[in-house]
Amino acid sequence: MDNIFINYSLFILFLPLAAFVIQIFFGKRLPRQGDWVSVGAIFITLILSIAMFVAMLLDYNPAFKQEASFTWLDMGAFSIQLGFLVDNITVIMLLVVALISTCTHVFSLKYLEGDIRYSRYFAYLGLFTFSMNGIVLANNLISMYMSWELVGVSSYLLIGHWFEKDSAANAAKKAFLTNRVGDIGFFIGIMLIYTAIGSFAFGDIFEGVAAGTLSGTTLTLAGVGLFLGAMAKSSQFPLHIWLPDAMEGPTPVSALMHAATMVAAGVYLAVRLFPLFTPEALLVVAYVGGFTALFAATIAITQNDIKKVLAYSTVSQLGYMILAVGTGVYTAAFFHLLTHAMFKANLFYGSGSVIHSMHHALHEKHDHETDAQDMRNMGGFKDKMPITYWSMLVSTLAIAGVPLFSGFLSKDAILAGTLSFAQHHPEHFLLPVFGFGAAAITAFYMFRMMFMTFHGEPQMPELTDDIHESPKEMTGPLVLLGTLSVAIWYTLPHFNPISTHGSWFNTLVLPMDAVVPGNLSAYAIEEGAHHAHNLAMGISIGAAALGIGLAVLMYLKKVLSAETWGKRAGFMYDWSLNKYYFDENYDKYLYQPTIRLAKKIAWIDWELYDKYFINGFGHVTAWASRVTGKFDYDVIDQILVDGTGRITEIIGSRLKKIQTGKLQNYLLYVTAGVIVLMIIQSF
Amino acid sequence: MYELNTYLFVAAILFSLGVFGVMTRRNGIAILMGVELILNAANINFVAFSRFGGMNLDGHIFALLVIVLAAAEAAVALAIIINIYNNMNTINVDEASAMKE
Repeated sequence: MDNIFINYSLFILFLPLAAFVIQIFFGKRLPRQGDWVSVGAIFITLILSIAMFVAMLLDYNPAFKQEASFTWLDMGAFSIQLGFLVDNITVIMLLVVALISTCTHVFSLKYLEGDIRYSRYFAYLGLFTFSMNGIVLANNLISMYMSWELVGVSSYLLIGHWFEKDSAANAAKKAFLTNRVGDIGFFIGIMLIYTAIGSFAFGDIFEGVAAGTLSGTTLTLAGVGLFLGAMAKSSQFPLHIWLPDAMEGPTPVSALMHAATMVAAGVYLAVRLFPLFTPEALLVVAYVGGFTALFAATIAITQNDIKKVLAYSTVSQLGYMILAVGTGVYTAAFFHLLTHAMFKANLFYGSGSVIHSMHHALHEKHDHETDAQDMRNMGGFKDKMPITYWSMLVSTLAIAGVPLFSGFLSKDAILAGTLSFAQHHPEHFLLPVFGFGAAAITAFYMFRMMFMTFHGEPQMPELTDDIHESPKEMTGPLVLLGTLSVAIWYTLPHFNPISTHGSWFNTLVLPMDAVVPGNLSAYAIEEGAHHAHNLAMGISIGAAALGIGLAVLMYLKKVLSAETWGKRAGFMYDWSLNKYYFDENYDKYLYQPTIRLAKKIAWIDWELYDKYFINGFGHVTAWASRVTGKFDYDVIDQILVDGTGRITEIIGSRLKKIQTGKLQNYLLYVTAGVIVLMIIQSF
Repeated sequence: MYELNTYLFVAAILFSLGVFGVMTRRNGIAILMGVELILNAANINFVAFSRFGGMNLDGHIFALLVIVLAAAEAAVALAIIINIYNNMNTINVDEASAMKE
């Protein structure tokens, strides 16, 4: 009974892995290419996760915590303990991962139907889920780092699922390499912590930091190092470049990756390790997050690809979470992670449903040129795809921060924390500006997307007849997640649509005090956020209303012309449309110089090192071997070896003459010998 | 009048004749006869030493053994010679040199 949660969570961890192993080896030979293996495994995982979640609610204990560890590596004085940690955050996160992963599996049944690597796709989904659960369950940095890398690998495999397309292969590579940059930081952070504290386990680390074993600049550097890992995974500026490209993967994968796994990993890491961040490190975190939130939102305004809009909105929302961690309200970050997972996954499934339908319609018309993801080709789908429309609308309201929907609650918590932080530190007034600005822009571009896709006149009327609602496998997850985007689920047991005060989440996930000496206590942060709450709520509703209003005027009523305003914005419009030329500038100032440097080094390597040093060795060796070869042949072979042979031959040919083969001759020799012996004897 | 030396002398003559026959004859059967002479020279020595050396009947028994051996040897050797004759139409041992280099 003691560690029953750990036992459950081990099943949750390893079932997807088992599905992966079965699929990768036998998938193609199983009936239906074995999709039922993966779906079955993930369903059991989901049921177990729900069971754990219910048990957690029944227990209703904020201090609940179970931990188990074992020795993984033992080399004398040096030993590494790995282990699992289950507390309320873990249970909630496991449920989110299992839920989104299950939805993705079910959604993929239809979306990927007939794909050439169908079984392999499901195998990788299993691996992805396993890796993410590994991060969630880790109680130490080492096993977290392992799973962290596994997430990187499986995202690489899934983004590059259609690797015949160059763009998909490149996007996979980009995601992997960009993540490597962060991983190096993560690893440096781990090593700094281990050097000072001598343990990888979270508990030991927190104790060590509280005791002052690790402090000052080193601790700040360690925190920033760990945060660099989170930045890459959660695609924070300036390492955000991989995420929009990752849209090249199948849409359900985008949903999984952008809602529950991968990008959530970075935030989860920051939430888990929050207590050891120093104020300086937290400032870095806050500014990176805040800036990313606003920056990505401004890019999303002008994108025309429906998935690109959602991708940048993900970057922006992740920025919010990171901002929340930076300003100390890290439970709000986790809350936003939870609500965001639901509505963002839903938006991605919705976009997947739209794209699926567009593909289908274009296919009917034998049109293979038109981009099925471009919103300029859509419009007026509202009545054709009612389920998709309504569920996406709910999620859009949620992400825009409209009261009664889940996003409002979590965003409000974050903004309140940020506002309170700025009230205490007026010099950091930019942080709430980032936050509220991003809130307004988010509302604007999300409704722009909705209006362009579902409202107005169809831009390609010839397709309208072929646009249909998607099959049950696809609408099911939409309805489920749409329902979960309503605020009510998160305020239980109270029915208060605008505040989470006293809700199960706020009761069960209590903020931990930072262990760094001198940091504000969790209580103080909470108090501050509470005071700022009403003001933050007012501003955030105003910001959302402003954004939605603008979107209505521009894209629904067409009172304001989007084009005129785009022209009026001038260079800003171009910058936003081209994502601030990030890829181009990285290419120009980072990749190309690197390639040039590599070419220079390759030239030195070839022209100088290879030609003179390596080839020189070769020449000397060849000359030496010719000399020794000559000696070997002329002296050893000719004189010594052949000489011995010739001498033996001469002696043999002489001696063979006495061997006549006649018995009588031998007898004669014997007799003569005996006579000689007798004569010698007789003397 | 019959002393040991007399017997040994006779045996020595027989042995020398036998060796001479083995060495000089080309006829396989003649060589075989030489070998028989050598064996019988040895037999005379056995018996003589047994008689004059006071060793009861040990030498006699050994002589009988040699006679049996000689009989067996003659049988095998004659069989070989017959085979040589069948194959080569001769019993001249110099001509039976197929295995010579």
